[in-house]
Amino acid sequence: MKLKFQNIFNMFAVALLLTGGMMSVAQAEHDDDDERIPVAKNALWQTECGSCHVAYPPRLLPAESWRAVMSGLDKHFGSDASLDTKAAKEIGTFLEKNAGSSRYQSSGKPDLRITETRWFLREHDKVADRVWKNPKVNSPANCAACHTQADSGNYSEHSIRIPK
Amino acid sequence: MSRKFFISLLVAVAGLAVQPVLAETPSQILTSMASSAKAVGGYKGFSAVSGEQFFKSKHGGELSCSACHTDNPAAMGKHVKTSKAIQPLAPSANAERFTDPTKVEKWFKRNCHDVLARVCTPQEKGDVLAYLLTVK
Repeated sequence: MKLKFQNIFNMFAVALLLTGGMMSVAQAEHDDDDERIPVAKNALWQTECGSCHVAYPPRLLPAESWRAVMSGLDKHFGSDASLDTKAAKEIGTFLEKNAGSSRYQSSGKPDLRITETRWFLREHDKVADRVWKNPKVNSPANCAACHTQADSGNYSEHSIRIPK
Repeated sequence: MSRKFFISLLVAVAGLAVQPVLAETPSQILTSMASSAKAVGGYKGFSAVSGEQFFKSKHGGELSCSACHTDNPAAMGKHVKTSKAIQPLAPSANAERFTDPTKVEKWFKRNCHDVLARVCTPQEKGDVLAYLLTVK
């Protein structure tokens, strides 16, 4: 009887360990994959921010950066991208709510350009100069030039095609 | 149903909900531009020829309308800075164009600032639309 109880206990312990192991694998996958499709989406953000460029995922800048971007839309990197108050409020709230960490900031001031964040520079440090200068790329803001699924928020390495 | 799929579905439904209603036709929008031009004064009808010239010229800055929309408004355009594709502007090539007055005003406001560093007059906007309506 004692032996049987021991067996059940062992089985239970093994099952518990297995479950724990599987959970931590799943967790690790989720945490490590930076290119994972961002879950955060908002229809207005997609339409408005996505009309002149890819709608950049909110987690690529911290909240203070998004606040600064949204307060200067009439002079948005040299273009007038102004929105009506209602749309600006909805998009601003969405961006800040889903913003990323500020640990990638390159300086004390909020980064306004994703392409100047330490995260972006590190992720792209193996991209050759000639790729950036290719007319088909034209600007580092042109994610979709290489990230073929950028429009749908997929920046996975599997969908990268460097234009010739 | 996976969570991702469910969220995609939600986004799709939300997207449908905010789709602009195709409330007007380009000619209705042209008529309303004519009313605004009359209210300003000096309106003498819209000219497709003036509109084309306006569309293809620079106005003191680096850009023209055609810098992004190309010299052929029935063709795909390309954002001069980001290289993002721009759907054709001429209603003959893109039935969605000039059907939502709010959208029309939003883009004239933005793009006139970028191209002319000021707002466009109702006459200028009407000339441009008159031109775009002649593009086949």
